[in-house]
Amino acid sequence: MATTMITTLDRSSRAAARGLSDISIRNLFIIPTVLFLIVFNIFPLIYSLGYSFTDFRASTNAPANFVGLQNYRDLLNDPYVWSNFAITAKYVIVSVVGQLLVGFGVAMLLNRDIPLKGLITTLLLLPMMLSMAVVGLFWKLLYDPSWGVINYALGLGNFEWLADPKMALYAVALTDIWMWSPFVMLLSLAGLSAVPKHLYEAAAIDRAGPFYTFFRITLPLVAPILMIAVIFRTMEAFKTFDLAYILTSQPTAELISIRLYKMAFQEWQTGRSCAMAYIVLIMVLAITNIYVKYLNKVKER
Amino acid sequence: MAAVRTSSEITFNRVAIVAVLLVTIIFLAPIYWIASTAFKPRNLATTIPPTVVFQPEISPFVKLFTKRSQLRSPPSPEEYAAAPWWERVVFDGGEKIVRDGKGQVQWSGYPSRFLNSLIIAITSTVLAVGMGTFTAYGFSRFKVKGEADLLFFILSTRMLPPVVVAIPMFLMYRAVGLNDTHIGLIILYTAFNLSFSVWLMKGFMDEIPKEYEEAALVDGYTRMEAFFKIVLPEAATGIAATAVFCFITAWNEYAFALIMTNRRAQTAPPFIPSQVGSGLPDWTVIAAGTFLFLLPVAIFTFLLRNHLLRGMSFGAIRK
Repeated sequence: MATTMITTLDRSSRAAARGLSDISIRNLFIIPTVLFLIVFNIFPLIYSLGYSFTDFRASTNAPANFVGLQNYRDLLNDPYVWSNFAITAKYVIVSVVGQLLVGFGVAMLLNRDIPLKGLITTLLLLPMMLSMAVVGLFWKLLYDPSWGVINYALGLGNFEWLADPKMALYAVALTDIWMWSPFVMLLSLAGLSAVPKHLYEAAAIDRAGPFYTFFRITLPLVAPILMIAVIFRTMEAFKTFDLAYILTSQPTAELISIRLYKMAFQEWQTGRSCAMAYIVLIMVLAITNIYVKYLNKVKER
Repeated sequence: MAAVRTSSEITFNRVAIVAVLLVTIIFLAPIYWIASTAFKPRNLATTIPPTVVFQPEISPFVKLFTKRSQLRSPPSPEEYAAAPWWERVVFDGGEKIVRDGKGQVQWSGYPSRFLNSLIIAITSTVLAVGMGTFTAYGFSRFKVKGEADLLFFILSTRMLPPVVVAIPMFLMYRAVGLNDTHIGLIILYTAFNLSFSVWLMKGFMDEIPKEYEEAALVDGYTRMEAFFKIVLPEAATGIAATAVFCFITAWNEYAFALIMTNRRAQTAPPFIPSQVGSGLPDWTVIAAGTFLFLLPVAIFTFLLRNHLLRGMSFGAIRK
């Protein structure tokens, strides 16, 4: 990220004498935001770090006792928690791979002269702009075994989508794929339209087949932008709460966010949930770090 | 695209266009289903085969806004004739509108939740975009020590799962009495959107040639004047796009609202699912509530269509 520097004012100039100095303007513009974020984002996290070493329960008035690393030790030895992580990993893989295939596939189809292309693209983007919680709720009706439109359209009879422990997680992932494939499509379209046309012309002159053209020209050139899509969606899928919480209560679809929510606000194991939050936080920060580094690399290109 | 098109290529193109249309229809079907269910009579909402052609009704919206109870006996003809059209619609569905002792119609929970959503989303958007614009200018034009780290810090706060942040916030808000208040949620959403707004606005600011301000500075403007008179008008499109994104995020947010509010300051996203309690929910009313709630976002999506890519990728990709 190259900082665009601006020529500093001549100290003796009239304007410099009247107005604030550049340094104080810079501070005035940046410091309030940083302070605000520290107070409302960092301070709470420090606060909960403290609680993560206690057996505090927010539902009682009992004072918190210091228990050291007990919470962390218990959590990391709890097979239940590990299964939540495994479910989350499965969910992330299914939904991100699904979005990648559908999104990139649709982008390949759209990457040509199509009447009303702009309108179609905008319409396809609609699902991802809508509220996950509210639209997710409506998918309950679509998935309904007795009068759901999906079973009717696919001729599946009374197929249980959300009540079947094996199926529930995939049903949630399917809704997620519906919502977020457009995002991958949008990024892929940008990547595809940036591939220089002369490469395809050269390939055609050399009589290269469509497979060769796709794997040797299209895919390598779109890969960096697809990577952004994958990282972005992976992080979002890892965080998923709304959709899974609203669609199903199956334990087999209990993502890590949902486990955390239940631990904190239903079982009121406040201290332990703070410890759990920290485990999740460290994982997210690690992914974010990779993500931001990659983002900057792409930007520099 | 090859210079000479072969006949197989033209065929493939046609197949692709048909496929695109099919995909579009499949993707829009759930949204169409919400919209159409919102105008169905209750008995047609859950039928097999699904009802596609029907006489649209406004009754789901009347029911959405009012408190109702089951009719034990049908209303007398005089009562029915005296009732306004919107009450008759509810009578037709076998229910009656609840009135208080003075005959005032009782509202349902929906209008106040919708209003809460509006107040909270708009206020937090104004705050986040306002602060974000200044900060983005600061990062764009001045040398800041550890800039990359600061920007990473600003972004990372947004990357955490909402529940992780919500646990300590809940405890802190409880201690200072901010739970279930508009201000509490506004602060949370402002903090949440601020990082996004800084990142996106920085990209827009970087695109404004610094020569514009330099010319103004030479003409005797102070830096402040140059910012307000030269930079801000140039950044108007970027500010508008950022604002719409922040609004949509705050408008759609569910987890914080679920945890931090329960009645007074509750927004629509946690309220709408809470209507699907036990028993058979009236899906036409839920669809009507969903439809009204989605409408602003759908409109904004069309207005934003040229900036979507940039906004969704945190400004990483510019068209």
